[in-house]
Amino acid sequence: MEFKEKLISSYLAFEDGLDLTDTVHETRARALRVFEDKGFPTKKDELWKYTSLEALIREDYSLFPKSEVNIELKDVKKYFLYDTDTYKVIFIDGVYSPFLSNTTHDGLDVCLMSAALSKPKYRSLINTYFNKIAPSDESLTALNTSYAKEGAFVYIPKKTVAEKPIEIIHFSSGDQDSLWLQPRNLIVIDKNSQVQIIERHQSLKEHAVVTNSVTEIYVHEEAFVDYYKLQNDLTTASLIDNTFIQQEKNSHASVHTFSLGGKLIRNNLRYLHKGKHILSTLKGLTILQGKQHVDHSTMVHHSQPNCESHQDYKGIFSERSEGVFNGQILVDKIAQKTNAFQQNNNVLLDEKATVNSKPQLEIFADDVKCSHGCTIGQMDEEALFYLRTRGIPRKEARALMTYAFANNVLESVQLPSLKKRINGQIAKKLGVNLGFEL
Amino acid sequence: MLTIENLHAQVEGKTILKGIDLDVKAGEVHAIMGPNGSGKSTLASVVAGNEDYEVIKGKILLKGNDLADLDAESRAHEGIFLSFQYPVEIPGVSVTNFIKTAINANRKAQGLKDMPASELLKKIREKAKLLDIDSKFLSRSLNEGFSGGEKKRNEIFQMAMLEPAFAILDETDSGLDIDALKIVANGVNKLKGKDNAVVVITHYQRLLDYIVPDFVHVLFDGKIVKSGTKELAHELEAKGYDWIKELA
Repeated sequence: MEFKEKLISSYLAFEDGLDLTDTVHETRARALRVFEDKGFPTKKDELWKYTSLEALIREDYSLFPKSEVNIELKDVKKYFLYDTDTYKVIFIDGVYSPFLSNTTHDGLDVCLMSAALSKPKYRSLINTYFNKIAPSDESLTALNTSYAKEGAFVYIPKKTVAEKPIEIIHFSSGDQDSLWLQPRNLIVIDKNSQVQIIERHQSLKEHAVVTNSVTEIYVHEEAFVDYYKLQNDLTTASLIDNTFIQQEKNSHASVHTFSLGGKLIRNNLRYLHKGKHILSTLKGLTILQGKQHVDHSTMVHHSQPNCESHQDYKGIFSERSEGVFNGQILVDKIAQKTNAFQQNNNVLLDEKATVNSKPQLEIFADDVKCSHGCTIGQMDEEALFYLRTRGIPRKEARALMTYAFANNVLESVQLPSLKKRINGQIAKKLGVNLGFEL
Repeated sequence: MLTIENLHAQVEGKTILKGIDLDVKAGEVHAIMGPNGSGKSTLASVVAGNEDYEVIKGKILLKGNDLADLDAESRAHEGIFLSFQYPVEIPGVSVTNFIKTAINANRKAQGLKDMPASELLKKIREKAKLLDIDSKFLSRSLNEGFSGGEKKRNEIFQMAMLEPAFAILDETDSGLDIDALKIVANGVNKLKGKDNAVVVITHYQRLLDYIVPDFVHVLFDGKIVKSGTKELAHELEAKGYDWIKELA
C-alpha cells in the first residue's frame, strides 16, 4: 500500500475518541479531502522543483506511536538551553511529556494544543485562530490539519512580556523503526506583547522519522515575536516545516532558521501583512555536509503600505550537500512605500555540493524600494592567501572565513545562551576550535 | 637573511620573472623600484608563497634554507611577512581576533602555547600606539570599509605584532597622504633592527625620504637592471624610467 493510501485508510483509527461533531473536526475532515485530492507535491510543482519527497514517501511509517516511552531528563538535557530558565513544551514521539515540560497558565498560556482544542475556556481562541492562516489548498499543510491534535499552544495576552523564553521541542525516541509525526502549533501574541520562542525537532537515536509540522503565528498590533528554529537533527530525520505568520500594524516578527543537520529539510515560511508599519525579519544560516538537503521556501506578501521586510539567508555547503532557496516577495498595488530586501549568499566548499537559488519578486506598486541579491561562490582564494601569509594554516583560515561569513546571521540573535550554543555548533561543524567567539 | 638566485617565475604560462638575483642581509633596507608591469608585485607574491605563481628556475633562501617546498603559512612561520598592496577585506572578523589567531598560529608552529590574553592586549596597545591606531579601529572587521590609509597602517600594525625576520612592503605608500606616510614610515623604522631586514617596493622616491634604503634596485621586464644606493632613487625621480629601459 502506498503511504498516501495508508494516511487515508488510517484516518478511522485517528478519529477514535475524537468528538466528530466538533467544528474543529469538520475542518480536519475537509483538509483530509484536500490531501486525498492533491496528494504529495512532486517535482512538477514549481515550488518543489528542486526537492523531491519521492524517496521519503516510498517508505512506510508508523502514524501512531506506542503510548509510553521512558525518556529521562539526563537523556535530553543537552538539547535544552540549560543555562537559561525557560518554559518548556516537550513531546516524545508526538506525545506530550509532562515530566520534561514546564508549562504555565500564570498570566500567559504556554500549554498543549490538545488542551486548547478540547477545553471550553479556549474555544473562542480556537474559533478565531485555528487554521485561519494556514492555506487550505496546500497538500502538506492540509495533511497536517487533517491529523491536527497535538503540539504547543501559546497565548500571550495584551501588554505582556513573557519573562522567560519558550522552548518547544519534539523528540523522537527511536523506539519505533520509522515514524511520521505531525505536530500542530498555535501561537498568538496579543497587542503590545513580546515573546521569544525556540523550536527544535530532535531524534534521540538513528531511525527514519519524518515530521510534517504546521505552526500558525498571530502577531497583533505593536507586538514582537522573536522566533528561532534550531534544525540540527540526525541524518536519518527529515522535516517539513510549514510556518505561517500574520502581522498587524506596528508589529515585528523575526524568524531565524538554523539548518545545521538533518536528512531532508524543507522550510515553508510565509508572512502576511494586515496593517501598516510592519517589520518582518527572516534570517537563515545553513551549514550542510554529506548528502543533506535543505530547501528554504519563503514568501513575504506585502499587502499594506509602509511596511518593511528583510530576508537574509546564508549557506555553506560541503561534500555532496544540496541547498535550495526560493524567496518570494509579493507587493500588492496598494502597498506603496514598501521596503523589501532579500539576500541569499552561498559558499560551496566542495565540487559536488550544489545550490539552487531563485529570487521571485512580483511588484505591482510603483513607489517601493525592493532589492534582491544572490551569490554562489567558492571560498575566496585571495582572502585565504592573505590569512595564510599571516601564518594561519589553510584549514583554520577556511574555518575563520566560514565563521566570518556566518557571523552576521548570529549578530541578530537576542538570546546570548542560544548564540553561544550555535556558535559552538558552527565550530564543531567546521571541525576547528578557533579559541574565540565572534 | 634573504637570498634570491636566478629566480624565474610564471603565471598562467606567462613568464614574469626572468632571472632575479638579490641578496638582503640582516639589518638592511632594500628598495625595489620600477615601472608598472615590471614584476615587482609578482616578486613579492612569489617570496610569500602564492601558489598562483610557479617558480620555473632558481631559488629563494631564507637564512640559508630553501623555501621551495614551504607553503605560505610555513613561510610566515619561518619569518616572512608581506604587506599587501591591496589588503583583503574580511567582514565578520575583528582586527583583534584576527591578530590573536595569527599570533597563536605562529606560536603553535614554534611549539609554544597561546599567548596569555593580558600579554597580548599589552602588546596590541603598545603597537597600536606606535602606529597611532585608535582602539575602536581594532574592534572593526578586518579591512572592511577601511580607507586606503587605514588598510596600509593596519598592514604595518600586523607586521609590528608578528615581528617578522624579513618583510616585503608592497607599495605601502600608495593611497597614503603625507601624514599617514610619516606615521607608517616611522613605524617601519622603529621595527627595523640588526636581526631583521626589509624590502620596500615602490613607484616613487617619496617613501624613501622617510624609510632610507641601504640599496636601491631597479626592476624592469622581470630582471634587476640596475642597483645602487639611495642616490639612484633620486636619479629615477628626476629622469623617469625611460633611460632604464635602454639598459635592459
